[in-house]
Amino acid sequence: MTELLFPPGLLLIMGALLMPLAIKMGGIKIRNALIFILPVLCLFFIWSAPANYIVTLPFLGFELEPIKITTTGRLFATVFSLMALVGGIFAYKTASTLELAAAFAYAGSAIGVTLSGDLITLFIFWEIMAIGSTLVIWAARHDGAYRASMRYLMVHLFGGLLLMIGIAGHVVETGSISFEALSLNSISQYLILAGFLVNAGAPPLSAWIADAYPEASPSGSVFLSAFTTKTAVFTLLIAFPGTWLLIPIGIYMIFYGIIYALLENDMRRILAYSIVNQVGFMVTGIGIGTEMALNGAAAHAFVHIIYKGLLLMSAGAVLYRTGQRRCTDLGGLFQSMPWTALLGIIGALAISSFPFTSGFVTKSMIAQSAADQHLIIVWFALAAASAGVFLHAGIKFPWYVFFQKDSGLRPAEAPRNMLLAMTVFAAFCIGLGVYPEPLYAMLPFVVHYQPYTAAHLVAQFQLLLFAGLAFFVMLPMMKRTLTISLDFDWFYRKLISATDRMGDNLLQSLNHAATKVVQQSWQGFQSAFQASRLSKYHLASSWPTGSMVLWIGVILGGYLLADIYF
Amino acid sequence: MNETNKHWLLRKENIRKLWIGFIIILVMTVLAGLFVHQYEPFGIEDSFGFFAWYGFITCVAMVLLARLLGLILKRPENYYDDDANKGLHKSGVEHD
Repeated sequence: MTELLFPPGLLLIMGALLMPLAIKMGGIKIRNALIFILPVLCLFFIWSAPANYIVTLPFLGFELEPIKITTTGRLFATVFSLMALVGGIFAYKTASTLELAAAFAYAGSAIGVTLSGDLITLFIFWEIMAIGSTLVIWAARHDGAYRASMRYLMVHLFGGLLLMIGIAGHVVETGSISFEALSLNSISQYLILAGFLVNAGAPPLSAWIADAYPEASPSGSVFLSAFTTKTAVFTLLIAFPGTWLLIPIGIYMIFYGIIYALLENDMRRILAYSIVNQVGFMVTGIGIGTEMALNGAAAHAFVHIIYKGLLLMSAGAVLYRTGQRRCTDLGGLFQSMPWTALLGIIGALAISSFPFTSGFVTKSMIAQSAADQHLIIVWFALAAASAGVFLHAGIKFPWYVFFQKDSGLRPAEAPRNMLLAMTVFAAFCIGLGVYPEPLYAMLPFVVHYQPYTAAHLVAQFQLLLFAGLAFFVMLPMMKRTLTISLDFDWFYRKLISATDRMGDNLLQSLNHAATKVVQQSWQGFQSAFQASRLSKYHLASSWPTGSMVLWIGVILGGYLLADIYF
Repeated sequence: MNETNKHWLLRKENIRKLWIGFIIILVMTVLAGLFVHQYEPFGIEDSFGFFAWYGFITCVAMVLLARLLGLILKRPENYYDDDANKGLHKSGVEHD
């Protein structure tokens, strides 16, 4: 048994920092070797450590737990490492070293969060995550990406601030830094909850996902889709299981994602909205809070990272080959990119929970737990949402990108490394759908759930296929337009900048007026002074001893007066 | 482009066949519902073709709602007056 003293997440972060150095020292091959070795090492450490393994470290009077391996943490750390590995395969030929290093630091910090046993360690990794992800967006190196990354960073620093205040308050109140289930007793715990929810893409700040992720490079958005929101799901799962407030928040996110994705024209933004939708399912599950619901949320996060990565890889391959990102510019690509289309469709079926794909065996656990708890509205909402997922992601994405009309584009098939990465993830989508037992065995609670019953299959086929019918019947209503949709980000992109401009103008004119008044009165004073007899005692122009004596007299007199009165 | 040059999936007669096949599958899933018993905590799930009509109606409703909200929410792509919607450079991503 390997004695694990170094947090596996930190291993990935250190490795990421070595990447630029590796290029200098030994060329691109060493960097590429790091891309494959680091996640594998990470997986090895996670799985070689005994269950409930804890490393403690005294720090400022607290007992930190930089490594604490729990069942849930191990599940998330595993899929994060897997994502770094397969994302690395997808990216290593086209992505810049900046992007790869940032992505690995980002992945490492996400793993660090999932394996941290205390709130201070968690917070440190949480903030490294914000920096890493911002740099991943930045690495696309175009102006839109830079601006989007700054807006993204602003939202995450705000979320981090809420979390920091919450943690500080919580530690003062309870004296405990332990990262475990927290009860919502005071404002501190609510602030921690809010900090987690900002990263989950919860309302009102949901817009950052669709704003920032589609601006990244083809491979950058693959990395981005995996870590931030799912780390938030993990923290909610540990700290706030069964918090009923999460149910309405989750349901809102589900329908927000569907509606905005239906309105969207940018293929990767459609997928970004569907991240909010999918995380909504997980947040709802955490809110329901039964063992089955929490299992469902954790399992759904695991498979979601894989099929969402796959979907964004196929969109990334299309973007890489065509340079186009709008549905209106795409279409008919199945003819020249058949493998990308096929693998993308597998991801689309998995996100729609089509039977025999991974989504089917996980999402239904959440719906089942709503039924078991007799949450009638939640259950009906989840059923409608399952149909809606097929509508906005399952059909809409492949239809507009690969079929629809013939755009005349005949790009080459995706490069081999991209196809390999997509194939690995597609194999997971189908493999876990057909044989979910290994995944079920990794879940936090024992699974007593059988997804493959005749009734469940019939219900799901009816729901999805009739959603498909609705899509094609309503197709004329869904004509793509060259538009974006207003969201909460309007407040910080438009309103504040408008008031900012107004304030700026106001300040400038005030400044102007004030300068004028000061200048005029100074000039007036100067000319009056020059005209008066006193001007010959002016200090700087000449140095008659008499004026020195006079002024020293004045100063000493001042001291005397000050001494008498005070 | 004439019909014979098109990919087989894009030809009119094949699209017709696809529709017919799709409708047959739809009918089959509804009929299959007669042979299974749905667990029904809410007393409606086992009624005839429940998931079929529920899926269809809710999807139509979501599309209509999206269209309605689109009237309020949609803005031209350059609304925020930056190049957020510019694609990447034609050649893809730069190497370093």
